[in-house]
Amino acid sequence: MKSICFYFQVHQPYRLRTYRFFEMGHEHHYYNDFENKHILNRVAQKCYLPMNELLLNLIGRYGDKFKVAFSISGSAIEQFRDYAPEVLESFAQLARTGNVEFLAETYAHSLASLKSKAEFGRQVNLHRKTIEELFGHKPTTFRNTELIYSDEIGEMVYDLGFDTMLTEGAKHVLGWKSPNHLYSNARKPELKVLLKNFKLSDDIAFRFSNQGWKEWPLTPEKFTGWITKSDKTDEVINLFMDYETFGEHQWRETGIFDFMKALPAKILKNADFTFRTPAEISKILQPVSAVHVPYPISWADEERDLTAWLGNEMQDEAFGKLLSLENKINHCKQPDILRDWYRLQNSDHFYYMCTKWFSDGDVHKYFNPYTSPYEAFINYMNVLSDFTIRVDEQCVAKSGEETADETTPRQAGPENTYADDAKKQTDERDGSNEFSFEHLKEISNAKLKKLLKEIDAENLAYALRDAGEDIRDRVLPNLTKTARREYDQAMAKMKKIKKEDIARGRDKIAQAFSRLFNP
Amino acid sequence: MFMKILMFGWEFPPHITGGLGTACYGLTHSLAVEGAEIIFVVPKAFGDEDQSAVRLMGASDIEIDATDPDTIEFWKRVTYLEIGSNLIPYVTPEAFRRIVEEQQQQQSTEEQVMKAKFDFSGGYGADLLAEVSRYALIASRLACKQSFDVIHAHDWPTYPAGIAAAAVSGKPLIVHVHATEFDRSGTNINKEVYDIERRGMEAADRVIAVSNYTRNTVIEKYGIAPEKVVTVHNGIAAATDFSGSQKRHLKEKVVTFLGRLTLQKGPEYFVEAAHLLLQYNDNVRFVMAGSGDMLPKLVRQVARLGIGTRFHFTGFLGEQEVQQLFAMSDVFVMPSVSEPFGLVPLEAIRANVPVVISRQSGVSEVLDHVLKVDFWDVNALADAIHGLLSYDSLVNEFKKHGKKEVNELNWDNAAREVMTVYQDVVAVSQLT
Repeated sequence: MKSICFYFQVHQPYRLRTYRFFEMGHEHHYYNDFENKHILNRVAQKCYLPMNELLLNLIGRYGDKFKVAFSISGSAIEQFRDYAPEVLESFAQLARTGNVEFLAETYAHSLASLKSKAEFGRQVNLHRKTIEELFGHKPTTFRNTELIYSDEIGEMVYDLGFDTMLTEGAKHVLGWKSPNHLYSNARKPELKVLLKNFKLSDDIAFRFSNQGWKEWPLTPEKFTGWITKSDKTDEVINLFMDYETFGEHQWRETGIFDFMKALPAKILKNADFTFRTPAEISKILQPVSAVHVPYPISWADEERDLTAWLGNEMQDEAFGKLLSLENKINHCKQPDILRDWYRLQNSDHFYYMCTKWFSDGDVHKYFNPYTSPYEAFINYMNVLSDFTIRVDEQCVAKSGEETADETTPRQAGPENTYADDAKKQTDERDGSNEFSFEHLKEISNAKLKKLLKEIDAENLAYALRDAGEDIRDRVLPNLTKTARREYDQAMAKMKKIKKEDIARGRDKIAQAFSRLFNP
Repeated sequence: MFMKILMFGWEFPPHITGGLGTACYGLTHSLAVEGAEIIFVVPKAFGDEDQSAVRLMGASDIEIDATDPDTIEFWKRVTYLEIGSNLIPYVTPEAFRRIVEEQQQQQSTEEQVMKAKFDFSGGYGADLLAEVSRYALIASRLACKQSFDVIHAHDWPTYPAGIAAAAVSGKPLIVHVHATEFDRSGTNINKEVYDIERRGMEAADRVIAVSNYTRNTVIEKYGIAPEKVVTVHNGIAAATDFSGSQKRHLKEKVVTFLGRLTLQKGPEYFVEAAHLLLQYNDNVRFVMAGSGDMLPKLVRQVARLGIGTRFHFTGFLGEQEVQQLFAMSDVFVMPSVSEPFGLVPLEAIRANVPVVISRQSGVSEVLDHVLKVDFWDVNALADAIHGLLSYDSLVNEFKKHGKKEVNELNWDNAAREVMTVYQDVVAVSQLT
């Protein structure tokens, strides 16, 4: 039986606020929190939540026959935690059905694969770990940012322990070959490569509501017809697209939800096809041949190349300057610096600097918070300048300074989350009766973990509800897996927040803190 | 379609000065190429030495070579008529009176004229308006003797002439708005000039505005029906390339303002941005070139902010000096509060200088490869300048794309659009 493979990309970048040069050196908050929260909540309401529910219902109805795959970037996950934890819970619900595969990608939705093997590895491992913690299974399939792929990147991915990878079925790479088979990496034949059928994928993702398209309106019957008419030897049809296609790029009014709701029934009626995940396909199919990709490809634009992110002088300077900090970052243990290090790597920042859209603007303007690539560059460089000052000041490699902490040294590298690296900045405090949340930032991870064991999830959730992001970033990574799950659930359940509840939560922490230091 | 146009314009051959004369020349030239035949009427009273009276900015001067075959072809299609009149574009009635007085006193040295320009006050003098009327009267006589299909009048002093010619001939009238009283005088407008402008626009069959920015002013401030107002963006004539021919003598980076020092050009925002930048960057100098009624106030502002050793006034600059200034500039800034079009940034781009312009300028509608800020947002302005001073890759991107973009803004495209307007009004007038 042939396979249909749906994979959806979920990503939201950390958009920067307007950051002026005269703020450098003293203002270190870079993000447009209001805008990020607003967009995340809008997309959650219009796309993530209703579409997750729709998929859950389809899985309920068709059981084993209906499966999909997701990749959710670390930037999106962090924002879900902060602004819409109910979305994470609904993804977790999908995960529990067993019909949904979660893929690994770079934590920061970054372009690291093009520049630094070490940074790439670090981010992939961080993301893999995050996904495992959230959804309970360790990803074995990898998708790189914007489906960027080359023989070399495939090799790195294999070396990181993956056996399957997704990329674009770019015409100039495939030539006469069809994307509707399983392929293998040219250097590591053990790595299976799944190629996007861009014609059928884009019929849904880009053309669905285009009334000027001769196939409009697209119906489930018509789409199923195209699939059944595909070549007899075809084995798999890979439909890869942004998840935001549903309800955000294609509005609800276009009928996109109705289309997706009706599509599985139409396809399954045709006995030849069933829905499978990338990992399953990788197991049941034999690669027909190796795919040779000497130069990186992506899923963007006609050219399917990297020019949307890199290539003009501004993009190259910005990305080059950022990555040049890598060595210093390797010695860095400051959670706030590591957090910004990842957020500034979001590929979107470089996309906003692209000058090639002046001719074919519209699609791209929609996703761009800046009115011109020049503005985007100036703003990014201002932020990067301040970040560089901080890195230079705080991330100097000092020999013999390593204190015996529970954290492993940085060079052990990739497996560490940045928060695990958070090291005590001052030695453990002597007792102090005046508790404030700031104190949590100053104690060691070991003490913090001990403290957190005494707090139940609900109280913690309330206490942290209005605490600063920096406090949450300090606390949450120090929770055990179970505690974290309970915390997320508590956050999701939280509806009406009463002041007393917050006060009670804080009080509990203050008491635990005091017991810890004043036995 | 053959078209014969009676055009009331502005020109001072062999030397054209000021944005309006340049625009009239550029447009006429390309219209001739498009096949229009033009009777070009200009007011002309002053001799050669008096051109300084209307000279506003050297940057847009164009020398015309009378032996150029292209120019010879041009004159075949253009009948050039001068009317004895001392009308001058861009001046207020008050200033006009003063200039004429000085003229009569035979003291027309450039120095005095420039000094007089500092004192322009926007007051009212009956002389200019009387002159406008007299010009209109002569125009109507002229219209009786000529045959033509369309009347085309450039800016308010020629509108009454256009109206009179239309009344006599019954031919359709087009008024072309290069600037309005709101651009020249801000909120302190001259009611009589405003009335002449409005009557011209109302009487016209079609109003051409040089930008959407100006089109909005025409619709909102003059109450003209939107369907009657068409935007035709100005072009820029090909010019000699001066870049690279000058030497730099300063080790610091140079940021330049070039324009009349009047409220509408926003020079004080430039000073404020300079002040902001100088607190963080001591490797930069600011140059303010041009003259105007705000000069004394600006000098005081610079002194008060204590940035005088890094902020320099040049006064009025001639063509060569302007090119020299561009050659030593790293950033050009036009923070105009109100600018119907704005030619100087295009000159700067041609000289390979990256520019920052206000969104309140017509030229910002046709340029992608520039930085745009709102004139009042001094922080954004300072930030844009800082970016250009700090990041070479940004400057290189501008150099790569900027010149190409400017060269595409030629008058041929504008002339084609104007021809369409001609055809429309003629078609409509033949129906009725």
